[in-house]
Amino acid sequence: MVMSMEQPQGYSQQQLALDQMFKDINPALSARQAGIESSRCYYCYDAPCVTACPSKINIPSFIASIHADDLTGAAKTIYSENILGGSCARVCPTEILCEQACVRNKEQEKAPVKIGLLQRHATDNAKFVGHPFKRADATCKTIAVVGAGPAGLSCAHRLALLGNEVEIFEAAEKPGGLNEYGIAKYKLTDNFAQKEVEFILGIGGITLHTNKALGKDISLSQLKEQFDAVFLAIGLQDVHSLMLVNEAHPQILNAVDYIKELRQASDISELDVPKDSAVVIGAGNTAIDMACQLKRLGTEEVTLVYRRGSEHMSATEHEQQIAKDHEVRIKTWARPEHINLKDDGSLKSLTFRKTYTEDGQLKDSEDSFEINCSAVFKAVGQKFAYPKAEQLIPTVSNGKIATFGQQVTSIDGVYAGGDCTGEGQDLTVEAVQQGKLAALAIHHQLNQEA
Amino acid sequence: MADLSIEFAGIKSPNPFWLASAPPTDKAYNVERAFEAGWGGVVWKTLGEDPAAVNVSSRYSAIYDHNGEVSGFNNIELITDRSLEINLKEIEAVKKAWPDRALVVSLMVPCEEESWKKIVKLVEQTGADGLELNFGCPHGMPERGMGAAVGQVPEYVEMVTRWCKTYSKLPVIVKLTPNITDIRFSARAAKRGGADAVSAINTINSITGIDLDKMSARPMVDGKSTHGGYCGPAVKPIALNMVAEIARDTETMGLPISGIGGISNWRDAAEFISLGSGSVQVCTAAMIYGFRIVTEMQQGLSNWMDSKGYKKISDFQGLAVPNTTDWKYLNMNYKVVADIDDDKCIGCGRCYIACEDTSHQAIDRKVREDGSVAFEVIEDKCVGCNLCQITCPVDSCIKMEQKDADKPYMNWTQDPRNPYKDAS
Ligand SMILES: Cc1cc2nc3c(=O)[nH]c(=O)nc-3n(C[C@H](O)[C@H](O)[C@H](O)COP(=O)(O)OP(=O)(O)OC[C@H]3O[C@@H](n4cnc5c(N)ncnc54)[C@H](O)[C@@H]3O)c2cc1C
Ligand SMILES: Cc1cc2nc3c(=O)[nH]c(=O)nc-3n(C[C@H](O)[C@H](O)[C@H](O)COP(=O)(O)O)c2cc1C
Ligand code: SF4
Ligand code: SF4
Ligand code: SF4
Repeated sequence: MVMSMEQPQGYSQQQLALDQMFKDINPALSARQAGIESSRCYYCYDAPCVTACPSKINIPSFIASIHADDLTGAAKTIYSENILGGSCARVCPTEILCEQACVRNKEQEKAPVKIGLLQRHATDNAKFVGHPFKRADATCKTIAVVGAGPAGLSCAHRLALLGNEVEIFEAAEKPGGLNEYGIAKYKLTDNFAQKEVEFILGIGGITLHTNKALGKDISLSQLKEQFDAVFLAIGLQDVHSLMLVNEAHPQILNAVDYIKELRQASDISELDVPKDSAVVIGAGNTAIDMACQLKRLGTEEVTLVYRRGSEHMSATEHEQQIAKDHEVRIKTWARPEHINLKDDGSLKSLTFRKTYTEDGQLKDSEDSFEINCSAVFKAVGQKFAYPKAEQLIPTVSNGKIATFGQQVTSIDGVYAGGDCTGEGQDLTVEAVQQGKLAALAIHHQLNQEA
Repeated sequence: MADLSIEFAGIKSPNPFWLASAPPTDKAYNVERAFEAGWGGVVWKTLGEDPAAVNVSSRYSAIYDHNGEVSGFNNIELITDRSLEINLKEIEAVKKAWPDRALVVSLMVPCEEESWKKIVKLVEQTGADGLELNFGCPHGMPERGMGAAVGQVPEYVEMVTRWCKTYSKLPVIVKLTPNITDIRFSARAAKRGGADAVSAINTINSITGIDLDKMSARPMVDGKSTHGGYCGPAVKPIALNMVAEIARDTETMGLPISGIGGISNWRDAAEFISLGSGSVQVCTAAMIYGFRIVTEMQQGLSNWMDSKGYKKISDFQGLAVPNTTDWKYLNMNYKVVADIDDDKCIGCGRCYIACEDTSHQAIDRKVREDGSVAFEVIEDKCVGCNLCQITCPVDSCIKMEQKDADKPYMNWTQDPRNPYKDAS
């Protein structure tokens, strides 16, 4: 991938200082480490890691290429299934995906091949002359992609590769979706998201429109009219609430919003960092990310509170360990009950009710406790919200866009993928895969008609 | 504790571990340190006539295993590049200081009687225990009519050996070159010339690899290279075979052999000894790890001998020779088939694809209900080739099990399927 090691232009001292604070959590392998690690791969036949990778990268093949000193070939193998292989290598919870399936877990050492780090080694160090893929002959079809997150970018890239023209409409100022605005800063360092977008668009045939929101600047019926097909990849826009009195208080914040601010900040002084104590509510990766980032920003005491046990948390064991490594206090079996304010109106504390389960039902106990804090971060899950002003609405089920195989929605010619659909887990690699599958389905559909 | 001492072709040594003639034995400083470390003997780096040889820079290259350890080593070095006088002086002093250790001196001079006569006399005066004739050096020297140029012609081997035996009372060990088609011919020649022993092997002509940027082999001397001599762990199988060939040849049977080639630990040494070697020589392992490795070699050999009840080296020396035979005497009625231990199998599928693509399609791949896979050997199709066992990464997961154990021994010369049965 065309990655320069130099800092992007316009980087200030403050930005560098902030980056330093959010150094790579999982440092890259050295060439020698990669050589040794690659030799640990057994080159399995019909490898289970491939089955476990949502984007179906041919893992034994790319690792064999690394071992044979062909990093460019390795990267090409990765990109041919997953054009966001660079960011996936950094953000995938490999411990529940490819690495979980590695046969070496079944040996006494129980040590899987470090697939994610090897993937990163290949994508970071490959040397392509130009873009690795050549576009097919023009199909003269144009497709609109709404949302420039992993799903939208993956779909656009594949469509362009197959010879189609693509226009991406993105509401935000920058492309990348949560790679740019959501992923913890220490997972994607050095402006990686933007470099990756640049690389993806390098294939050609993709026009990117930023600050163009569906439901505001454009409408679905317009797009349907102007394009041969539409792909919706608008992610999740809303967050769940705690349903508590005083929840609108300015010191009760949404973790996702705060992370976004942090990711965009060029100077730590731009951020309002709680000094003494903060509480994070939630049990997913966002909660963990939030808590760890607060620690790195200098918050003295960070307590993560979850209403069930640690075994029920959706954050993987690996993620929970990261939180522990950051000295985040994790309190389980408690739910927030009251938001307590001081006389001057500022936040004082949170009261929690202890919980337990009975026949699988979560119950309140007699006991409660209080944690003093100067800020509360809600990380209790994002939810889907279709743009309000839109007239044309695809069928929504279980709160997300319903798809009926091959990423097809209830509206003819409109496809959807990524977090905004009910398919798979809400992970970057899943979004990439759904974008890719949608592109293949769209291409197939358009050319069959022709 | 087992007694490791040996007497090899009349030369006594407290243990069978000798340093081969090479840089580790190039001068008194090294040899003294080697003796301090516990080496039983040394073969002094090959002496020649003055003026001394001159070496180039660089000289070594290597190939590595997956962990970055050296598996094959290559050099384009010549014999000693120090004067004869200095070497002889040092040899004399070292032998005086270490009377209990074996000190053999390696030699290589032009193929003329006078030259050999002169040098063996000089060496004899140092008090050294024996001579080793270097007929193996594959680079630099053959162009000058020495080293492998002699070792490759049995008549020359015999002739030079005889000269040395004529002019010296010292035991003569003939070091053989592996760069020949059949080692037995040179070994027989050495014996005919009166050699007290042979040592094998010297280095094998080799190019370890090409630098694809510079388009030249390594080691590079100002952008150019030449073939070097190969040694280290990678040559052990070749050396073992040559030792075995000499040990079981009717003409050379009983001739003492000093085993050389890729010996890195006690186990390698024990293997050479079981194929008939009376002493072993080490070069590359000492060059990579230093002299201290002899500690583990002695300890390992002794512990293993104790565990087997071998009291002295000769108790197991050559025991594997009678079990090394010609193909035609192998038992045609012996049959093994592979058996996969399902509990140990990690499901990598390597055995399956190896047998399926390149052997006998004798492994069945079954997908279980939970999506996992199981592998099972189809006994009727298995030819017992070992390929699956070799390819399986899990220790003792695939075992080769004997079938038809009741069938009597029958070799190829007795086999009704042999069309030339009557002739063989
Ligand atoms: C805090 C946080 C941390 C995470 N950490 C990880 C992690 O470590 N590993 C992992 O695998 N996954 C992680 N995820 C999940 C992962 O980021 C998502 O699954 C992935 O980004 C989904 O991709 P997407 O393209 O579907 O949506 P998004 O990345 O959300 O992209 C949607 C895009 O659509 C745009 N958009 C929205 N509405 C409109 C509109 N009306 N018009 C035009 N454009 C619109 C948005 O601006 C955005 O650019 C994390 C998520 C969060 C919130
Ligand atoms: C750098 C180097 C120089 C050598 N020089 C000589 C030599 O002068 N005379 C000789 O008989 N053998 C020489 N050899 C060969 C070794 O004595 C030995 O036969 C060979 O290396 C195989 O043993 P090994 O695998 O333990 O290294 C040399 C080997 C090396 C690596
Ligand atoms: S994309 Fe993610 S899950 Fe797939 S192989 Fe790479 S790191 Fe593993
Ligand atoms: S021993 Fe050979 S033939 Fe038999 S199963 Fe294994 S690979 Fe196949
Ligand atoms: S090679 Fe070994 S571990 Fe792999 S599938 Fe075969 S038996 Fe199982």
